[in-house]
Amino acid sequence: MQAIEEYTDVVVVGAGHAGCEAALACARSGLDTVIFTVSVESIALMPCNPNIGGSSKGHLVRELDALGGEMGKNIDRTFIQSKMLNRSKGPAVHSLRAQADKAAYSMSMRHILENQEHLTIRQQEVSEILTEEIKMPSAEKNTADKEIQPDKEIQPDKESPPDIESSDSGIPEEENPCRKITGVRTVSGAVYHAKAVILCTGVYLKARCIYGNISQYTGPNGLMPANHLSESLQKSGIRLVRFKTGTPARIDKRSIDFSKMAEQKGDENVVPFSFSTDPKDVQIDQVSCWLTYTNETTHEIIRKNIDRSPLYSGIIHATGPRYCPSIEDKVVKFADKDRHQVFIEPEGRYTNEMYIDGMSSSMPEDVQFAMYRSVPGLENAKIVRNAYAIEYDCLAPCQLKNSLEFKTIRGLFSGGQFNGSSGYEEAAAQGLMAGINASMFIKGKKALVLHRSEAYIGVLVDDLVTKENLEPYRMMTSRAEYRLLLRQDNADLRLRKYGYQAGLVSEDEMKALHVKERQIAEELERVKNAVVSPDTETDAFFEKMNSTKIESGMTVGELIRRPELSYKSLAPLDPARPELPIDVQEQVNIEIKYEGYITRQKRQVEQFQKMENRQIPDNISYDEVKSLRIEARQKLKKFRPQSIGQASRISGVTPADTAVLLVYLKQHRV
Amino acid sequence: MTDTIAAIASGMTASGIGIIRISGPEAFLISGKLFRFADSKITIENVKPNTVHYGFIRDGKATLDEALLLFLKAPHTYTAEDTVEIDCHGGPFVMRKILELVLKNGARSAEPGEFTKRAFLNGRIDLSEAEAVMDVIEAKSDDALACSLRQLSGSVKNEITDIRKAIISEVAHIEAALDDPEHMDLCGYPEKLDKVTDDLILRLQKMLSTFEEGKIIKEGMLTVILGKPNAGKSSILNLLAGEERAIVTDIEGTTRDTIEETIRLNGIALRVTDTAGIRKTGDKIEKIGVEKALETAERADLILPVFDSSRPLDENDNKILDFIRGRKAVVLLNKSDLPSVTAETDLRKKTEAPVILISAKENTGIEQLADAVKELFFSGKLRINEETMITSVRHKEAIAGAVESLRLVKTSIKNGMPEDFFSIDLMDAASSLGKITGEDAADDLIDTIFSKFCMGK
Repeated sequence: MQAIEEYTDVVVVGAGHAGCEAALACARSGLDTVIFTVSVESIALMPCNPNIGGSSKGHLVRELDALGGEMGKNIDRTFIQSKMLNRSKGPAVHSLRAQADKAAYSMSMRHILENQEHLTIRQQEVSEILTEEIKMPSAEKNTADKEIQPDKEIQPDKESPPDIESSDSGIPEEENPCRKITGVRTVSGAVYHAKAVILCTGVYLKARCIYGNISQYTGPNGLMPANHLSESLQKSGIRLVRFKTGTPARIDKRSIDFSKMAEQKGDENVVPFSFSTDPKDVQIDQVSCWLTYTNETTHEIIRKNIDRSPLYSGIIHATGPRYCPSIEDKVVKFADKDRHQVFIEPEGRYTNEMYIDGMSSSMPEDVQFAMYRSVPGLENAKIVRNAYAIEYDCLAPCQLKNSLEFKTIRGLFSGGQFNGSSGYEEAAAQGLMAGINASMFIKGKKALVLHRSEAYIGVLVDDLVTKENLEPYRMMTSRAEYRLLLRQDNADLRLRKYGYQAGLVSEDEMKALHVKERQIAEELERVKNAVVSPDTETDAFFEKMNSTKIESGMTVGELIRRPELSYKSLAPLDPARPELPIDVQEQVNIEIKYEGYITRQKRQVEQFQKMENRQIPDNISYDEVKSLRIEARQKLKKFRPQSIGQASRISGVTPADTAVLLVYLKQHRV
Repeated sequence: MTDTIAAIASGMTASGIGIIRISGPEAFLISGKLFRFADSKITIENVKPNTVHYGFIRDGKATLDEALLLFLKAPHTYTAEDTVEIDCHGGPFVMRKILELVLKNGARSAEPGEFTKRAFLNGRIDLSEAEAVMDVIEAKSDDALACSLRQLSGSVKNEITDIRKAIISEVAHIEAALDDPEHMDLCGYPEKLDKVTDDLILRLQKMLSTFEEGKIIKEGMLTVILGKPNAGKSSILNLLAGEERAIVTDIEGTTRDTIEETIRLNGIALRVTDTAGIRKTGDKIEKIGVEKALETAERADLILPVFDSSRPLDENDNKILDFIRGRKAVVLLNKSDLPSVTAETDLRKKTEAPVILISAKENTGIEQLADAVKELFFSGKLRINEETMITSVRHKEAIAGAVESLRLVKTSIKNGMPEDFFSIDLMDAASSLGKITGEDAADDLIDTIFSKFCMGK
């Protein structure tokens, strides 16, 4: 059989949320892109929860949208309920969450991919990555290389060790990229030559689904797993780990008694995810979710059968996430709680399947039936799909740079759950960044790296590549140090420019942003100078607002700072106020009201940025840096941070070590 | 480097001259706030760089010390930043007071090795020097942490760890609610947090208040010998010092009116102060001398009033007995060769303080004095339990910083700010305390959230 050979710019492996964004980012920047999936029907599949967004995840989607990603637009097209969470809290933690019509979401994304210029969808399993050694001109080599050179020349006389052995030993200590990607091979033997490859394999690598003592080697929903690629990656020196996650059962809507549950409706006024969506287009008929609770009976059933759980019986070894525990985990770890919340969420507008949020499990089938049926409203529940846990191979992400390119293989990128994260939003955000940076790489441009002070996406990527990741990583609002600056309402002001530079944001979108920026600046200036004078009319206003009367003239800006007042409520005292879009008014209100806090965080960011800007060269040899403590040296060798700031965040690297590094860099004028 | 740092550069032992170094863009500005040039024509605005000036360190209206100030302009300084060096009198007490004053006026306490670090970063030190100093930086930092932890023994460490945990647990509560708003609400939480914050501030302030006492242990008690002329103060000082030597007399017309002698008495350090003016003759001046002595005694940790057994108690003596009422004192009855007029019992009637019979000539009574001072310490009248005290300025700054942040939390609560704003200052408070215990707040927070709250739907 003759194997086919194709040539393209970019290959994306996997068409989940990360893969879709990566492929679109590349194709939209004009690069010929092939996206591989094990099943075209599973493009942008939502195999777990039926929603997009949520606390801090909503931020990721807004940021992704500002950068020119698709997820925000796609959920705006296919959502069936939407809520702004934390509305009663500060603006930094307002977060959008929308229930999706899963089938529609998937179909809509597939439609976008299918019609994207430069993009080809290919249903095939990728089994190998192809790399070649980089021929480096000797002038470029650093001293460390030169010292090693003589040894290498002597080597051929001895028995040279087999290739596999050297790659199995894990990542080489000195990680100067020594190989580059050239393409991929599929199980059918076809070769796709490419300048860059992006791995977005999600949970499919050697996937195994488990409940009770039933264990099947399949991906989610019985989809085909990818069983060959792991081996090829390991042969290339890439270190993999095994993680685990899980999903609850789906239950037939007709078997649920909703009268025993509390209805959860969507917001009356829906805010779209995308900055490009017209808010008028998202005021649709929404469907409801439902809230019920587990009880002592549920917990008793679980406790009595706990030895049959594969988590506790030892069938599952992989590490699961702490933030999304299975119901058996909750019952064991929080034994003092007499009930846990259970949300019943529709999987779509045209299906009867309901997602049982809060009760993911890997208990045997009979226990599942018993425990679900112990929950009020689910007494007669008919399970359509069982709950299950899934185990999969994924990357130890310290092998990546902040650009999501592998440190050891030039042109190889990765994103999504493969990088040890969890969640659709985390995946999509990484996919987009990997896509942007793959295209930057091919075009010979500088990688786009978002700092922790610029975006939740920056925090996400930096945490992944710098911290010891022992469980699937989930975004949390507390992980962002400067969250008052990283609000969902200003994602466009923060990030649009980068999306534009990457060619993913249109001229029109950019023009709209400039108008908004100008309006905000002008209105801030005006409000800070508009004076309100005390008279009977203003007295009456303050009395009505439960606010102290003013004795002498005060500016509108000063008044906005009062807790009981806002930009909006001060309209009657501000006759010269121009007509402005709501989002502009919102920015003015927030910027003034929280100015003290915002200024403080901006100052902290300045300090932070200085350390971030001190770059550590890729070819630094930590053995040459004297005075480093042994632990620090090991950690630095393992993570190979790209800046002093990043080095300081690695656990085990002390301020003294960072000082030593700074001195070394200064000494060598790098 | 945008901030200005300061530290004692000469070590904390008593020495002839102490040096406090201030480095950074505001070094001149800060020293201007606390230094009065002896030459009134010179001001901080017109002072010539790279010159030395004589003058006085002033805390408001009070003069702390006379000093020489070196004004050095960037980049020709050790750190390559604007630098001011204060050369003052080398007592630990004075140096500490001046450093505190410098910090109060806007400088930040320098981290170990930070001057050297700045010198490197500003390209001041060349390659060969850099190698050598690098080891020092590391040693210093590691030492500082070990030292920091050693200083923090027992209950202080537990207390700080405890308070820090309490703060992080509050943040975890807020953050869990923000991450999972449908699961947890924060109804009524601000009121609860306000109370918790009050309690934490109180506990931190209690620790801050031990700073003064902690200092006593580390640097010795400020001890004042009081007595009318010729009561035998000098001979007792000589006796305590353990050698016969003339007490250095004070030079007239300088601002300093006391002299200090550090004496170890059974492990307790006494910084004994005698007043200079007291030994002058002439009724009027003597009186002024006593007044002055009393003024010094006001801020003393321990008072040693001396009475002459050969003379009857007079007006001056009674004044002293009056003064020591309610203060920590050990009364000394100095026996001379002359016939005894005032007896131990006479004094006991007039004071509640322990009375010790002492003889400078026969070298007796020292043991009893030591015991009496110890008794004062251990009976709780003067606490000496080192474990409940903080002694380092750095710790004091960190705790004061935490208190400041907690106050901001209270302000936010009062102003009805949303709960997520409380987190900002609570986290600042936790990282302030973390500087003492060497723990990273961010890592602890995530763990606390997961261990305390059942997260995720």
